[in-house]
Amino acid sequence: MAADAAVATLGPPRRLPTLRRLFRHRLFLVGLVLFGAMAVLALGADLIAPLAPERMQFRARFRPPGEGFLLGTDNFGRDILSRLVFGARLSLAIGFAVVLATGLAGTVIGLVAGYFRRLDEPLMRAMDALMAFPAVMLALAIAAALGPSAVNAVIALSVVYIPRTARIVRASVLVVREMEYVQAALAFGGRHLWILRRHVLPNSLAPLIVQLTFIFAYAVLAESILSFLGVGPPPPTPTWGNMIAEGKDYIREAWWIALWPGLAICLTVLGLNLLGDGLRDVLDPRLKVQQG
Amino acid sequence: MLRFAAARLLASLPVLVLVSLVSFSVMHLIPGDPASVIAGPAATNQEIEQIRRSLGLDRPFLEQMAAWYWNVLQGDLGRSILLGTSVWQALVDRLPVTGSLAVLALVMTVAIGVPAGVLAALRANSAVDAAVTGFALLGVSVPSFWLALMLIVLFSVILEWLPTGGYVPLSASPVDWFRSLLMPSVSLALLQIGLLARITRATMLEVLRQDYVRTARAKGLPRAMVIGKHALKNVMVPVITVIGISFGLLLSGSIVIETVYSLPGIGRLVATSIFGRDYPVIQGTLLLTATMLVLLNLVVDLLYAAIDPRVRYGR
Repeated sequence: MAADAAVATLGPPRRLPTLRRLFRHRLFLVGLVLFGAMAVLALGADLIAPLAPERMQFRARFRPPGEGFLLGTDNFGRDILSRLVFGARLSLAIGFAVVLATGLAGTVIGLVAGYFRRLDEPLMRAMDALMAFPAVMLALAIAAALGPSAVNAVIALSVVYIPRTARIVRASVLVVREMEYVQAALAFGGRHLWILRRHVLPNSLAPLIVQLTFIFAYAVLAESILSFLGVGPPPPTPTWGNMIAEGKDYIREAWWIALWPGLAICLTVLGLNLLGDGLRDVLDPRLKVQQG
Repeated sequence: MLRFAAARLLASLPVLVLVSLVSFSVMHLIPGDPASVIAGPAATNQEIEQIRRSLGLDRPFLEQMAAWYWNVLQGDLGRSILLGTSVWQALVDRLPVTGSLAVLALVMTVAIGVPAGVLAALRANSAVDAAVTGFALLGVSVPSFWLALMLIVLFSVILEWLPTGGYVPLSASPVDWFRSLLMPSVSLALLQIGLLARITRATMLEVLRQDYVRTARAKGLPRAMVIGKHALKNVMVPVITVIGISFGLLLSGSIVIETVYSLPGIGRLVATSIFGRDYPVIQGTLLLTATMLVLLNLVVDLLYAAIDPRVRYGR
């Protein structure tokens, strides 16, 4: 969805080449498949899950993978596959909410800071201050203070990652603002808001989308840490972090409880990183880390 | 150089003020009555009142803030609710563990990340390159706390080579100290190794295309000499950058890693404080780490300027 928006702003002449280049980028496609598979699991959780994710069967505790339970059961006899796909839904939903929140807030802050010079210093120093904290530590402190819940996890993670999007948007605004077409629009008496929306914003989109893909990856990883340490959505809600936290206590006898959710995190984050790399190569070649 | 240093120091002052403001405000994000949340659901009214008074929550907000700043400026970060000791003491007691962990992880990062990145760049698009790039990508995608658990399964439960957790001080037995920290530091280092290898590779490729490298080759210098003398020097810049970033990542990472391996370090302290709502410790740790990181960034900037004179005269 975000990618479509970026492609559209580039205008009709470049639309096809951008998409075609994306689909020729082999690693981008691998990322698309990995992330797409996770998204399908998350969206189709109701259809895929063989059992209700919170249903406990005490006679079927600690079942290893196979034997009627594809991925095994946990310490409460809950079906791990069912918890995994519902966990995918929540983890991805939290990640996506963080992407939306950081995208919106970062864009507003970045546009204002980059365009109105007087507000630049105070806004950017505030962003620097937030970036000064170790990201996960600050997110943990905020989430713990607000109380353990999915919404609060989104708030905590957004506060931590907004400076990154704000910086990216501001940087491109600083470049675009000096362009002749913006100067011309100003000379014609264009209003600030209109210039921001019509000229400045579209030109800042490409690096923003690349950054947001990586933020999605960080958010999925960081959310699993919040859950693992008990300040994410509280158990018995299935999140990948909660599942690993529960598996941790039985790691000697039942390693599979912690194995699967961790693999799910790996594949999701790997997929998003590959998507981000591909988008960066194609949308924003200036940032390209050379592929050799 | 001195002017550059002074200007950079001055520029970081407002950031430090904001950092302290955020650290102070964290406790006041608690909805409702912070004192009763901190005391926990089982607390009596009397206990809640006691916590309210000892944390100064009964006083007006501005007065609390003034008192907190006054204490912080005198080097007093408050007292831990759970431990009963001063926050400063609690952090100092745990520094050797986290310090050992961080140093080991950093050594691994540089010892593996830089050669891997350089090798990948020199053999760009070869199988070696693909392996390094793939490994680096994996490094930034694997959750460290999960990797930590899986290492325990493999090396402690199945192979029984290493202890599942616990810390042995260096002074007690250097061998056991190393054994107790091996898995934790590998779990922590993997992410940084990935980052450093990727950045080193990218920089190296960039450098190898520069005119001065071509000139050096053209005047007949052997390849090893060109790489050793001209190229590697420029790779130092990203190495310093990643080491600068690493401290923040290490501190964040140590929270989960020290929890998984039961290491009595600062990360474990943060995790228990967060779980037990021990706000003086959380505030103090936030303030201290962020201040350290701001100063570290300052040092990194100055190092850049020292290595690369263009930084001093640019902008």
